[in-house]
Amino acid sequence: MKLASRLLLTLVVLALALRAQDTIKIGEYASLTGKEASFGQQSHKGLTLAIEELNAAGGVLGKKLELITEDNQTKPGESATAVKKLISRDKVVALIGEVASGRSLEAAPIAQAAKIPMIAPAATNPKVTQTGNYNFRVCFIEPFQGTVMAKFAQTDLKAKKVAVLSSVSNAYSVGLAKFFKETFTANGGIIVSEKNFSEGDKDFRAQLTAVKAAGADAVFVPSYYTEAALIARQARDLGLNVPFFGGDGWVADQLLEIGGEALNGCYYSTHFSPENQDPVVQAFVKKFKARWGANENPDAFAALGYDAAYVLVDAIKRAGSTEGPKLRNALAATKNFSGVTGVTNIDANRDASKPAAIIAIKNGKLEFLKTVAP
Amino acid sequence: MSEFLQQLLNGLSLGAIYALIALGYTMVYGVLRFINFAHSDVFMVGAFIGYYLGKLVPEGTLWGGLLVLSGAMIGCALLGMFIERVVYRPLRHGPTLNVLITAIGVSLLLEYTGQIVFGAAPRTFPQIFPTANYHVGSLTISSNQVFVIGVAILLMIALQLIVFKTKIGTAMRAVSLNPKAAQLVGVNNNVVISFTFGLGSALAAAGGILYAMNYPSIDPLMGVMPGLKAFVAAILGGIGNIPGAALGGLLLGTVETFIGGSQFSTYKDAIAFAILIVILLFKPAGLLGKFTIEKV
Repeated sequence: MKLASRLLLTLVVLALALRAQDTIKIGEYASLTGKEASFGQQSHKGLTLAIEELNAAGGVLGKKLELITEDNQTKPGESATAVKKLISRDKVVALIGEVASGRSLEAAPIAQAAKIPMIAPAATNPKVTQTGNYNFRVCFIEPFQGTVMAKFAQTDLKAKKVAVLSSVSNAYSVGLAKFFKETFTANGGIIVSEKNFSEGDKDFRAQLTAVKAAGADAVFVPSYYTEAALIARQARDLGLNVPFFGGDGWVADQLLEIGGEALNGCYYSTHFSPENQDPVVQAFVKKFKARWGANENPDAFAALGYDAAYVLVDAIKRAGSTEGPKLRNALAATKNFSGVTGVTNIDANRDASKPAAIIAIKNGKLEFLKTVAP
Repeated sequence: MSEFLQQLLNGLSLGAIYALIALGYTMVYGVLRFINFAHSDVFMVGAFIGYYLGKLVPEGTLWGGLLVLSGAMIGCALLGMFIERVVYRPLRHGPTLNVLITAIGVSLLLEYTGQIVFGAAPRTFPQIFPTANYHVGSLTISSNQVFVIGVAILLMIALQLIVFKTKIGTAMRAVSLNPKAAQLVGVNNNVVISFTFGLGSALAAAGGILYAMNYPSIDPLMGVMPGLKAFVAAILGGIGNIPGAALGGLLLGTVETFIGGSQFSTYKDAIAFAILIVILLFKPAGLLGKFTIEKV
């Protein structure tokens, strides 16, 4: 009995020692379930793939990487809790998250206070990195995306009168709508109707009826995919057949699943397109499919999650350490890092300026239209 | 003018769904004098039953759609009776507050069990009924809207007939008036209350299917907001009063739609609820409710 208990104790100690054995812990918080599950699932799959590749190549600084993932269930408030747990209990050296700006904004001040660098893969609201000097991102920001879509509406869609339909309780939507309007009106366009809704709303017929009466040439919908798809469907039901266009919040397989035919003739801007024939992109698509199954297509968030991991590990290598301040300085000095979403240069605002891809929806399929350089 | 008519139509189809859910709240209140907060989650379960049954029948056929609709109604009626039997009946003679808190508990139980069983990610609801759009002048009417309003009216008429023209309806009204006296004259209270829950839950299931047809993205928390609005509609019309619940639902849906289409769309819910407060200030028992002094 005594022997058995001693053996057990030794085993437990051994197991603990093995667990605590030098790994570099990276914390991830993502919306793996809930309304925006597609965002979290995609970034998680991209990130996991990158970490597995890095470990297979021997890890970094002689240690393996360990990814600790927390699900915020797409709920407000959960990200803060998840990030606090990752920092205080799991002692992660860096954080990666989130795709949505609103949830990134919840976590940013906590990472800043703990001096743990945080990389947002796809949060485009400028405020995310303005929170403090430990907050980074590897994607473009809304002023750029808003400008791209405003120019697209004017030159490609030849729209003079545009209506804007945005979500008031979503930081991403409010920001993108604002920057779009600024550029569009500065270039001589007219915003004929501006209507709002709240996150989780499902009925948009009221707003759409008003938009139809205002006689818009096109409708800008800077929202997430569930709302965008429902809006398109209800618009077609009401006989509003003008093009709808939006930003990277539309990126998800569910967009076409919910929206169906209603989305034909619509457009959105994004960070990355798996249809892009660039060999770097195609190699990534191949690896992603090999890891997650042939039916899984990586979208922009998978690619950005993948790049975020590589940018972080690159900085850890250059810093030669995982201490917060050193890692932060190395991240801030990231220059000409080439990944699957293009070249990442971290600027003085800790943002990355990257090209945007414009996607057209035709016959229920996504088509890569063009890339717009920053 | 055409915009006004279009908005009116949009508002009525939204209001019809609120009305269907509100009927369930009001019926249970009428008989048992408590608010069944789990009702909005029965609505969600109804939509999910429809989602799974919808995969078994061919899409876009009338008989398939009706089969799904009746399947979901039967399923939810059983769920409602089960909840009443297992959870509420043992508490019937306790203070009302206990039942109320338990109802909130059941509501959360259903929501989070739903997240485990169905998954938290939203699902796309299949097109179970054939759809078409009709153009009348500059007005666009979708078959879904017509269907929602039609089914809601039919179910409300059926409900009115059940309550006022059948034996079980008379028993329901008797239990509502005085449960003890009803029992003395030979009414089986348990059967009546079970029936009330079953009927209310079936209406919630119908509401869930109609809602999911119009807004084809369903998730385990989809019942929360419509449930709240329907609860408000029931109060607005006078809780415990069946035509009142229908009126309240239609009114709330219409007001919400008109504000949503105006330049105040940001404050859509705030204004709708402010109107409710104003109405209740002037008519504390709701639009059609009778004000009775409660004996304490």
